[in-house]
Amino acid sequence: MPSLAGLFFWMNIKLDNIKKLDVAKPLKLDCGKTIKDFPLAYETYGKLNNNKDNAILVFHALTGDQFVTGTNPITNKEGWWVTAVGPGKAIDTNKYFVICANVIGGCMGSLGPKNINPDTKKPYGLDFPVITIKDMVRAQESLLEHLGIKKLLCATGGSMGGMQLLQFCATFPDKAFSAIPIACSSSHSAQNIALNELARQAIMADPIWDNGKYVTKNVQPKNGLAVARMVGHISYLSEKGMQEKFGRKLQEKANYEFSFNADFQVESYLRHQGYAFVERFDANSILYITRAMDYFDLSKQFKGGMIEAFKKQNTKFLVISFSSDWLYTTKENKDIVIALNASGADVSYSEIITDKGHDSFLLNEPEFLKTLKGFIDSMYEKFKNEKRI
Amino acid sequence: MKKEFNVIADLLPNNTRVLDVGCGDGSLMNLLKEEKNIEVRGLELNQDNVQQCIHKGLPVIQGNAETELHQFPNQSFDYVILSQTLQAFYKPEEVLRNLLRIGKSVIVSIPNFGFWKVRIKLLIFGEMPVTKTLPNTWYNTPNLHMCTIKDLFKFCEEKNINIKKVIGVNENSTSIIKKRNLEIKNLFSKLGIFLIG
Repeated sequence: MPSLAGLFFWMNIKLDNIKKLDVAKPLKLDCGKTIKDFPLAYETYGKLNNNKDNAILVFHALTGDQFVTGTNPITNKEGWWVTAVGPGKAIDTNKYFVICANVIGGCMGSLGPKNINPDTKKPYGLDFPVITIKDMVRAQESLLEHLGIKKLLCATGGSMGGMQLLQFCATFPDKAFSAIPIACSSSHSAQNIALNELARQAIMADPIWDNGKYVTKNVQPKNGLAVARMVGHISYLSEKGMQEKFGRKLQEKANYEFSFNADFQVESYLRHQGYAFVERFDANSILYITRAMDYFDLSKQFKGGMIEAFKKQNTKFLVISFSSDWLYTTKENKDIVIALNASGADVSYSEIITDKGHDSFLLNEPEFLKTLKGFIDSMYEKFKNEKRI
Repeated sequence: MKKEFNVIADLLPNNTRVLDVGCGDGSLMNLLKEEKNIEVRGLELNQDNVQQCIHKGLPVIQGNAETELHQFPNQSFDYVILSQTLQAFYKPEEVLRNLLRIGKSVIVSIPNFGFWKVRIKLLIFGEMPVTKTLPNTWYNTPNLHMCTIKDLFKFCEEKNINIKKVIGVNENSTSIIKKRNLEIKNLFSKLGIFLIG
């Protein structure tokens, strides 16, 4: 196995060869600072047709990236939404043009804390400005401009992707013909802030982290980051799903070892997920992105709350939640539906019954995928007709 | 009964905003949208039905009318439709009050338990009636509060709910029901459609 430093070096070389838009236009962030001439890494799938009416923008979640489907050229693993996006899939890339950008603050090529700070000529680390979901979304608007897309057929995203989507619709009410927020929330709950804080504290407690300065030394606080990832993985499953998947099964042994090694399968699973993650993700990025999620509260941005946020909507919404998701509960998703209803927006809602928890949106959940496909295909017919008229 | 949907459609003016509570697979919503350019919304409990609506491009919210009508603001629709489900609620009066809050007018249809075939089944044979409009047996019926056209008529009067129109519906005919012909229509109508509010 290559050393972590070697791995990152190799990753950085590969990151030079991916699609990037240089956003020249200055972007004033919510925190007051301004960024300009910054890279926005993105990927597209399928072909934009001549009418430019088949574009679908996907917003990725906390640890996602722009490589939605196919093989991620940096990690050589499958794209994170390969279950839903691809040729013949629910979001059919034979038919639609799918776009996804890496969020700013991330670490897959867009401007983030491991980029070089032009003022100091060193990686930003904690000098990187604190960003918000709104900043992420506004940065991505330049990409649509660059691709020449005036109006998207659809925009979608799950988890933090759904939060970006709600922000996108509120900020740019005429940019999407339809929108599918999945398993998300219009404001981060106390429980979710607490879980994010746990992840951050795990990273910050790792001595290697060194106030974020590890980036200058080509090392990574992998123990802290792995624990942060483990917290996440627990929250993505349901109690029932976890019990069914692991129960009390032991990991390749007949009896307890009477040690602190990973006796249980569930322990082994968490350790594997945690330490696999450190190979592809930057610890400081986790701090910045989780912070952006915590600050997200759509109702606070508008006088008159959520109803006001969606007042100017012509977008047709489909909100989807999963029955066993305790991270972004059905109730939180329904609150979005209620606000959309109250503002008179065109909204559909479906709760998918499943034991697979928050993770469901990334898995092969037939009912979910059928709903997704049915909605997008019917919206495409409507959008084409509307454009013709 | 397909006739029912046509009667409901005839009651609705073009270009209005309508909520169909218990919209099923969206057949009625589709009819209203296509033929009357009505802006439709549906509320439906069953997952398969919800999916069918979504596939047809009809806006539908998955949810239980008994507990989730609160999400719709006051007077946010011109009409609210409740087709043949009033009798299946635990608290039909509360549901009806909610519908009247949400819609400027409400259309409620009920399978008529006073229909002569139903009466005979119970009176002569001494069995709970199973008919085309009431296809379930006593142990698996979702219907908790069966009523007759006369019952609902009296209910509206007692509760000061304004009755705008009542229509008796059979396979091939419809008729206006007034107080003076209530007894006879209650005997010969399979279905009652009430426009109230």
